[in-house]
Parts: sequence; structure tokens; C-alpha cells
Amino acid sequence: MATVDDDQSVLFTSVKKLSAWARSNSLWPAQFGLACCAIEMMATAASRFDLSRFGAEVMRASPRQADVMIVAGRVCQKMAPVVRELYDQMPEPKWVIAMGACASCGGVFANYAVVQGVDRVVPVDIYIPGCPPSPEGLIEGVMRLQKKIREGGRPVLPLMTPATEVAEA
Amino acid sequence: MAYTQEQIASQMDAEPGRGGNMVLNLGPQHPSTHGVLRVKVELDGEQVVRSEPVIGYLHTGIEKTFEDLMYQQGCMLAPRADYVSPIINNLCWVLGVEKLLGIEVPKRTQYIRVLFAELSRIASHLVWLGTSAMDMGAMSPFFYTMQQRELILDLNEMAAGYRMNPSYFRVGGLMGDLPPGFPEKLYAFLDGFPHWLEEYHELLDRNPIWIERLQHTATISLEQALDYGWTGPLIRALGVPFDLRKTNPYSSYEDFDFDVPTETEGDVYARYNVRMREMGESLKIVRQAMDNMPGGPWRVADEKIYPPEKTEIRQSMEALIYHFKLFSEGFMVPPGDVFSAVEGPKGVLGCYVVSEGSSRPNRVHIRGPSFYNLQALPAMIKGGMLADIVAAIGSLDIVLGEVDR
Repeated sequence: MATVDDDQSVLFTSVKKLSAWARSNSLWPAQFGLACCAIEMMATAASRFDLSRFGAEVMRASPRQADVMIVAGRVCQKMAPVVRELYDQMPEPKWVIAMGACASCGGVFANYAVVQGVDRVVPVDIYIPGCPPSPEGLIEGVMRLQKKIREGGRPVLPLMTPATEVAEA
Repeated sequence: MAYTQEQIASQMDAEPGRGGNMVLNLGPQHPSTHGVLRVKVELDGEQVVRSEPVIGYLHTGIEKTFEDLMYQQGCMLAPRADYVSPIINNLCWVLGVEKLLGIEVPKRTQYIRVLFAELSRIASHLVWLGTSAMDMGAMSPFFYTMQQRELILDLNEMAAGYRMNPSYFRVGGLMGDLPPGFPEKLYAFLDGFPHWLEEYHELLDRNPIWIERLQHTATISLEQALDYGWTGPLIRALGVPFDLRKTNPYSSYEDFDFDVPTETEGDVYARYNVRMREMGESLKIVRQAMDNMPGGPWRVADEKIYPPEKTEIRQSMEALIYHFKLFSEGFMVPPGDVFSAVEGPKGVLGCYVVSEGSSRPNRVHIRGPSFYNLQALPAMIKGGMLADIVAAIGSLDIVLGEVDR
């Protein structure tokens, strides 16, 4: 195999692919837990499972600094507007992971109080089953989201306004 | 929801800007409210004039859902109320239903239940220690405590097949007997844990910030605490050695030798000390339970309550009928009502069950200790600094799943 000369080598890619690659490896989740799943989310970020191996450990307390919302737990009717408000505050591009049965579909709580799936309030990219999912499950979800971002799934907004659009305006 | 100063103020009957007072909204999305608690605070400079906790952001209708499910299915639902110590909720539910049925489980089952309940108490205190230390700005204890908690969850997984909400206790017994290899793994944990308990003390006890922020913070008087219905480590930090495991022993707690740690100061630091010492006592109980583990059956013999073994179902017609009846309509519980109470990691955890003779409960109420402990928050933080609110909430060790239910 020929050795690669780092000084002489040139990489070709598109800005879109490069930015998607960079984004996928630096996900900043909103530090926002609701119920049981939040404890497993904490465990995922803690010593044994160490979410930072996948570049997604920078939990931000403010949604304005986050690009992934992990809805960890049951969303009740009183909380639903708050979840939407938090989602609206997050800057684009942003993604949502519905962690666990309750966030995905209401789970065992098929009753008056719980929103039957957080996708009624915000658009969801990844659903993780489990009650609560194990940390391995959450990591799998994060990795699938990374794959989705790299493959240019929803939403891909340009980093800057393309020059053609500026010229037209 | 984003609230304006005027909106929060009108909800609190306060005037914004009155005498320079500011109204602040803390939560429901706030990293140190331990879930989705919202606190409305009126501040004079940095001093808290008035505050009001707003709950209900995690109201799950868990009590109503109980009414839809059969008694044995409730074993799955109960752990989702206080999800930091799920096994103790599980214990409270099965004890209540067993009391209604008028059955007593074998000694071995009772010992295994005590063993897992105490492990769960340690796990709960570890989560509390890690998160409340993080609230105070100490990041490292979180990683240390979660590491040991994982070992406890491993034991759960080994016995019940699930990490966090294992629902290991069933009405009339357990999901199964202790698996082979369990004692060795448990003893390995028991031998290792005291060292880590020391380590936690070393991380925090000589940290001046930790001591400064915790000592003489968020105190209330004993009379007030009793009025608010405080139980658990909070009341023990005020010098009252009240512990249901001693006063009203359940599930063979009378067989075990342990102390009830108390402190007298009643501040956040005293609560920290009580919980740390409780972990040591729980460790003693777990070791005693494993050392003196009785042999014999781990379930009641009555197959109308606990399903028969798989091998039996293949051979016996009656067993097949019992199995079918249990999983299609459940077991009938005689009419009546019962209140079962256990000592949870946060205080007295109660479960009130009303039966009308069918296989589903007519009404279930959970007495979550966090709910009663939380109502003292305004009294605790009145006159204190804004930053002390975080210490106070941390020391209450609330779980919103249990507060809002």
C-alpha cells in the first residue's frame, strides 16, 4: 500500500458533506430530563458508558446552546407546551430523540395525563424503545442520528447563505 | 413557557419592582431542579423574600392507571413513581396487595426483598449524592457515585433481567430465585463499597466550598418539620430517630441489626451526613441478609396467586387452568382497603389500595414522601440567598415522579 504524504495530499468533498460530518460528531444535547429515562440518560453520560466517546456529552443547560433534544421520559399535558417552547428556542439545525416508550407513544400511561408520544408536539428523528432504554440503547440511538445527519437527513440548512441567493436578493 | 416579569408577578400576587423586588422563575427546565420542578421566587437583591413551588409538570395519572391494570401488573407500574429507588416502590405495592389477600410470603422471599430494597436505597442515595454535589459545582463525585450505582444495577440485571425498573418483587413471591453466581457478585460489591464511601467523604468533607454552602443552610425548626409531615433522612437530620424499619418492621426487618443515624443541626450538611451514614447501615443489612439467607421456597404455594412452574404446566391440567386464569382475568382480591407503608430512601412511602372484590383495584393512592418534603421549601429558603435554593432543593432529594404522580 502506498504511503500517504500528508503535506501533498488533497481531499475533495462538498461543503454540505463536510458540515454534516462535523455536526454529526459534535452533538450538543439539551440537559433536560423528565422522568425515569433521565436517570438512564445520566448513567449514559457517566463513567461506565461515557457518551463523550461519541462526541455527544456536552449537555447544555440552555436550549439555545443545544442542537439535540433528548426527550427522556413521559411528557404530560402541562409539560407539552414547555417542551415545544424549548424546541423553538433551539437554533437550527436541530434534531429530536424520543427516548423510551413514554416519549415515543405514551408507553404504559395510556391515560388522560400523558401526551401519547412527543411527536404530537415536536418532530422526532429517532425513537428509542425501552422502559427505560438501557444506556446501550441510547448510544445506539445517538449513533443512528449521527448516521442520519451524515446522510443528509432532515434538516440540512446551509451554513451560510449561498452566494447565488445573495446575488438574487 | 416563557413568562414575563408581570405574568409571574401576577400569579404570585406580587408587584414587579415593589421596593426593588424582582420576581424570578426557576424551572421547569433547570439543571438543578432535579426534574421538572418550577419555583417562583420573589427576590430583594439576592435575598429570597417569598417563593412558591409549582408542581404538576410530571403529572402522569399513575394512580388512575393502576385502576386499569390487574394487581400483578401493578408490580410493573409502581416502580415508575419514584424511579430513583424503583424496587422500594415495588415492595410497598406487593406488601399492600399481600396484606389484602391475607397471605404471607416465605422467609427466604422476605430476606431477598430486604436485600434488594437496601441495595436500592444505596443506589438512590448515590444518585442524590452525585447530582446534589454537581449542583454545588463539584463535578467529580457524580462520576464516582454513578460508577458504584452501575454495580448495583448489574445485580438487578442479574436477578431480574433488567437494570433500572426491574419489577423483581411479585405478589406472592419474586420473579425467580437468586441466580447462580449472585452471592459472589454481591460480596464483591459489599467488599469494595466501603472504600468508595470513604472516597466520597474524601472528595467532599474537606472541600471548603462544600462545607460553607451546606452548613447552616436551609434549616427549619423541628415543629415546622413535623407540621409539614417530613419523614426520612430529613427528619432524622433534626434528631428524630423515626424509621419505619425499626418502629413498624415489615418483611422481617426485625431480624436485622442496624442503627438509625441521626444528626441534630437540621441543615443541609446534617442531611448529607445522615444519608452518608445510612448507606453504611444499608450495607450492613445487605450483608446480614446474604449471610443468613434462609433456604426453602421463594414463592407462595398457592397457584391461584402465583403462576405455576412451566414444567408443571406441561404435565398438569389444573396448573394449565390456573396459569390461564391468572393471565386472562387475574386473581380476585377480597373487598377491603389497606395502607401499607415502607421506609423509602426519601421517607415514609405509603400505598393505599381499595378493593371491591375484582381482579383490579378500585382506587390506589401513593403517599410519596417527596411530595410532603417539598412543601417545606418556601419555609426553608425564606430569608436565604438565591444560590441556597439549589442547595435546599438538592438536600430535599425530591423525585418529581413521586411528587406529581
